[in-house]
Amino acid sequence: MTTSRLRGALITAATWVLVLMFFFPVAWMVFTAFKPEHQAATMPPTFTPDFTLDRFDAVFARDMLPYLINSFSASLGSTLLVLALAIPAAYALSIRPVTNVRDALFFFISTRFMPVAASIIPVYLLLQSVGGLDNITWLTILYVGVNLPIAVWMMRSFLAEVPREVIEAAQLDGARLGTEIFRVVLPIVLPGVAAAGLICFIFAWNEFFLANLLTAQVARPTPPFLTSFVDGRGQFLAVLSAAATVAIVPVVLAGWIAQKQLVRGLAMGAIK
Amino acid sequence: MTALMSAPTRRRPGRAPQTGQAGHRHRLAVSRALLWPALATSIVLTQIPFLLTIYYSLQSWNMLRPGDRGFTGLDNYVSVLRDGSFLSSLGATVAVTGTAVVVSTLLGMLFAVLLDRKFVGRGLARTLMITPFLVMPAAAALVWKWSILDASTGMANWGLGLLGLPPVAWNTELPMVTIILVLTWQYTPFVMLILLAGLQAQDKDVLEAAAVDGAGALRTFGEITLPHLRQYVEIAVLLASIMLLQVFDPIAIMTRGTGGTKTLSYLLYERAFVGLEVGEAAAYGVMTVLVTIVVASVALRTLFKVFSKEGIDR
Repeated sequence: MTTSRLRGALITAATWVLVLMFFFPVAWMVFTAFKPEHQAATMPPTFTPDFTLDRFDAVFARDMLPYLINSFSASLGSTLLVLALAIPAAYALSIRPVTNVRDALFFFISTRFMPVAASIIPVYLLLQSVGGLDNITWLTILYVGVNLPIAVWMMRSFLAEVPREVIEAAQLDGARLGTEIFRVVLPIVLPGVAAAGLICFIFAWNEFFLANLLTAQVARPTPPFLTSFVDGRGQFLAVLSAAATVAIVPVVLAGWIAQKQLVRGLAMGAIK
Repeated sequence: MTALMSAPTRRRPGRAPQTGQAGHRHRLAVSRALLWPALATSIVLTQIPFLLTIYYSLQSWNMLRPGDRGFTGLDNYVSVLRDGSFLSSLGATVAVTGTAVVVSTLLGMLFAVLLDRKFVGRGLARTLMITPFLVMPAAAALVWKWSILDASTGMANWGLGLLGLPPVAWNTELPMVTIILVLTWQYTPFVMLILLAGLQAQDKDVLEAAAVDGAGALRTFGEITLPHLRQYVEIAVLLASIMLLQVFDPIAIMTRGTGGTKTLSYLLYERAFVGLEVGEAAAYGVMTVLVTIVVASVALRTLFKVFSKEGIDR
């Protein structure tokens, strides 16, 4: 008994060491954000710096807020649009009879197989010709294209779990389609909607390729803005860390709070 | 519950709205109406641009010489295939994606098993462990490049120093390792999340029965847990492969395609937006799609084979 308990304790200790190693870069980034610049890039590293919030002031003095607002509106806007399109589609694919369900599903996931690189040139040229570059609305719409297939797949798997009898009973009571979806089905799959929405939000918030290429100043979201903190003079590590910390906080906190839904969403969306 | 709910159907069969040919046709029309908005959006936003990419790929078109635009047939594809950069980019893409997927899957499996056990602070450990997947890739690439892997002030070299090892100029000497390291760090939690869900969906009675029968932990894992996880492993590998094949951010930020890290996405970006070669870049785009389809299906096939060789079949 004691040997197995000792073995258990050793495995637990090893687990913690590995987990902390994986978490270290994030912890170090946040820690560096609270250092004065001259203590950020010293060797050996400073473990007892003069803690300061100055770097965060510097970040917002560099006008980070508009970039965060751009990120937020593109992420939230695209997520809401995606859900508005994906829920009816997933409902049709899981509950209502649609011919060629498999074809439709495969089509959706195949658009995700396709690298963004495959469509970026015409998208860029089209936006350029209609004056749609550096425009947050267009970026939002493109994010819808990126995230829609994922949401359809995830939502379908959640809707497939709803007992048929519940829906049939609602139909027999004369419920209209709207009532059937909003009053009967959606409340049951609300955790699934939340998970799909969260994942779409995360992907949109973190997206770099389209954001970097299709925006310049007005509509620039956070990810490409971060790269502007690196400068040739070398004194930028603390302020970069502070900006990166601000940039990751919304999604990391949301992910931590909703991790159960996140796991369910990823696994179920993937499997069912 | 099931019996109660379905009872009305049996009592009032005549009133069911979906009986008969007309009802079925009506329901089909409603389904189509529900599906169409999403389908149309997806087609407009992804398929039409791709068709245009194919069209552009058949043209000679450099943005610096807008007057010279014209149809050239497959010339762009010929020059893409003749140019050494396509093959080396293909190699880089397969090497980066393949290594990152394999290592992330192995590590993800290890972490899933470790975090499935009951232990002190399990909830917190899981929370910390999923964080790399949530961190913005651009932020991760910047912090890894400057704070962790920088040759003179990075924490990695400080750690090596503590072990008495010489410092390494990660970004310039080992660009491949650098990229794969960061990608593995970001995608291990993703794989772990899916596999952890798989472990939690496992029937505990079966595991207990195995323990009662005296099967060791390793045998139980190999013969019961692994087959059960098969579906989860497949989907994790497939999704990770698809996402990693498109990797751009760490390459743009950390190595700019140097030292054999110029993946197809980055090469296309360079040709189109630095070289302004629209026609040629479009041909790279089409080739990238083909490669993605081939690699994703080969990855899946290989996986199926590995699993069926071990005699594990659905």
